[in-house]
Amino acid sequence: MTGGEYAALAYGAVFVVVVAYVAIIAAKLQRLQRETAELLALAQGRERKPSRTAVYAATVPGTRAEQEDGG
Amino acid sequence: MVAPEDADQGVSQRIFYIHVPIALTAYFCFGLGAWKALRLLWRRDERYDLESYVAIHQGTIFGSLTLLTGAIWAKASWGVWWTWSSRQLVLFLVLFLFYCAYFMLRYSLEEGPRRARTSAVYALFGVALIPVSFLAIRLAEDFIHPTVFTREGPQMTGTMFFAFCASWAAVTLLAYTLYKVELAGKRLDADLRELRESLT
Repeated sequence: MTGGEYAALAYGAVFVVVVAYVAIIAAKLQRLQRETAELLALAQGRERKPSRTAVYAATVPGTRAEQEDGG
Repeated sequence: MVAPEDADQGVSQRIFYIHVPIALTAYFCFGLGAWKALRLLWRRDERYDLESYVAIHQGTIFGSLTLLTGAIWAKASWGVWWTWSSRQLVLFLVLFLFYCAYFMLRYSLEEGPRRARTSAVYALFGVALIPVSFLAIRLAEDFIHPTVFTREGPQMTGTMFFAFCASWAAVTLLAYTLYKVELAGKRLDADLRELRESLT
């Protein structure tokens, strides 16, 4: 191998390692993006489906929600 | 800007412009990891644990690149990939392996304050190896590994030195960007884990 080829090999090796590192980070960020979307869907599902106590308070007369409405 | 060709080594000397900045960046990352570890032990703030870990991770990546480019340069200049007779090389390898063991230690412990403290103490011990490795080339009367920066200044032409500084700035910027991206990813990962635990 000539000196120029060794220099190209050294620069190429650095380039390959940096690209591999960036690819790993990109894959990880994609995973985090997926997880964020999952958690967002989970949180939105909870908002749409109110808890049992909230439903009870809103429908049964004499509960706090009913008293608040009546002033 | 084109750096002139070295009269002694020829084109292979151009490896210097990538090898030395990467090595200096590796030292800096290990030093930064130790500094963050010291802040963790001092302030008891756990966010420094992640910062120290990411800095050391960057240091090992740049350290492996130093060994890789150094081996290629050694083959081009000395005809061998590695020589045990150069204390500079051996000390850098010791430093690199010391910080590789950091990850073994870290992942062998349960996540929490104990792991953070133990990892910080280990990172701080390693910092002692940095000046030894850096100065070994001058202390060890080693004539195999070249000494470019002496007390008289850089032993190269102005264009070569400018090319070196530009390369060093580029590698430092790359390291800083990778550090920030990895740290943001790790923090986001930790936050999402916490959020998942509170939602489920």
